[in-house]
Amino acid sequence: MNPPNPRGTHTSRSKAMNAVVAGITYRALLGRRRIILLLLLPLALIGLALLLRLFGEGDQRSAVLLMQNFAIGTMLPLLGLIAGTGVIAPEIDDGTIIHLMSKPISRPVIARTKFLVAASLLALFAAVPTYVSAWLLVRNEDGIAPGFALGALVAGIAYAAVFLLLGVITRHAVTIGIVYALVWESLVGNLVPGARKFSIQQWAQSIADQISGSPFLRTDVSLGFAVPAIIIVTLGAVLWTGHRLRAFSLTGDE
Amino acid sequence: MKIELAQVSRWYGNVVAVNDVTMTIGPGVTGLLGPNGAGKSTLLHMMAGFLAPSSGSVTLDGTRVWKNHHIYRNIGLVPEREGVYGFLTGWQFVLSAARLHGLPDPVEAARKALATVEMEEPKDRKVETYSKGMRQRVKVAAALVHDPPVLLLDEPFNGMDPRQRLHLMDLIRAMGTAGKTILFSSHILEEVERVAQHIEVLVAGRHAASGNFREIRRLMTDRPHLFRIRSSDDRKLASALMRDDSTGGITLRPDGLEVQATEFRRFTRLLPRIARDEGVHLHQVSPADEDLESVFSYLITRST
Repeated sequence: MNPPNPRGTHTSRSKAMNAVVAGITYRALLGRRRIILLLLLPLALIGLALLLRLFGEGDQRSAVLLMQNFAIGTMLPLLGLIAGTGVIAPEIDDGTIIHLMSKPISRPVIARTKFLVAASLLALFAAVPTYVSAWLLVRNEDGIAPGFALGALVAGIAYAAVFLLLGVITRHAVTIGIVYALVWESLVGNLVPGARKFSIQQWAQSIADQISGSPFLRTDVSLGFAVPAIIIVTLGAVLWTGHRLRAFSLTGDE
Repeated sequence: MKIELAQVSRWYGNVVAVNDVTMTIGPGVTGLLGPNGAGKSTLLHMMAGFLAPSSGSVTLDGTRVWKNHHIYRNIGLVPEREGVYGFLTGWQFVLSAARLHGLPDPVEAARKALATVEMEEPKDRKVETYSKGMRQRVKVAAALVHDPPVLLLDEPFNGMDPRQRLHLMDLIRAMGTAGKTILFSSHILEEVERVAQHIEVLVAGRHAASGNFREIRRLMTDRPHLFRIRSSDDRKLASALMRDDSTGGITLRPDGLEVQATEFRRFTRLLPRIARDEGVHLHQVSPADEDLESVFSYLITRST
């Protein structure tokens, strides 16, 4: 093979993301059975909202309870886990990540691209269904639906970053992720008031509370804490992921 | 371009995988030969920037390889693990490699690379439907798509059928002749001999030997050999053999002789002549240590 040497014509780019990496990642996540996992929980949420409405429970109290316990408390962390680890962990497991990493693309760009894919999937599969289900119950009354949708969006972005990092630093990302989401956030977060401050779900509720004027929604983490916390956690996790990928090692079978 | 390893070691905890290796891989085809577990993959991963040396340095034309993604403009890597997205077609996979490299004409580059490995016909099938040999060829195409001056292949012939193997061998030889720096690892001497102009032997993490295939072959054949021989008169044959310098020692056993030959070629010519002259019938002559492992273990003892 003797084509004119194309090396001289490479352009050196340091972009925020890489479209080819994003394309492959979307296909890996959406083209396979994993999309069923991504669809199952949002469909259940909307189904529950429809049932509540059918049985005449379409009031603010049930809407807030459904949002807190199911949309933010269950669906969001689980989808965050599926999308956040799913954009990178399977590729690391089966070695396909080498295809992306043996190219002249900086590893932080790969990390940012994977993060953006996971965050966009959470916007689509978590934030949008959150809005739809709340809207089905109370329309836009007292800002419950837009409040929780924004909370789910922002918290989804944070979850995407945290679980992406987890997928890069450990092979047991899913197990650790489930323990974090269910034990720390749900159990400890509900029992130990101080732990609530360090819970992505609580930050989501603070944002929802800010927008919604519903008397049924009360949060005890201030917005002044939640917003900087979300920004720091998200940026920190994405930067750390890039850092880890720079030192990505193949151990081989020997 | 050349890859230089200077006193490179790599250890995992207390286990030393690569031990103080210094070598330079220059243009042409170099075979990295060694038994399984010798540290070939570890060494290759360090050359490809996918593993940090615990000590020493790995450079490509003087630039550090580790944590330097710019090297991939000049390196094509064919990893041993399958590592191919099953849900992409062969065409999409190679095209994505061209795009990831930011090539000016990715479509043309992908077409050319697939033609090089003769994968044009099945290119629109999904990779998950490919045989192992086809996957291997698609991986080679993806590694070649940017026409890199350096190509690293980890056990590239594994899982290929003989025809595909010959084709890849021809391809590697041609690229080596064209001046590319090519390194491939293998545990099969014959494979390395047929393709590589230069051979580096790695045994138990150590750089055991280095040279062209004639030198390596000589090293491997001129070592002491052990033969088991059964004949019509073992004792008579033994005393006749002992008179020659090529026989290092003989053990008489109830089931025949064990002869230590110090000079392989001379001994193999000597044995039938002596048997004829002494009127002894040879019932069985078998090399007792002809497997590669014993060849390699000989090289270790020689190099330490």
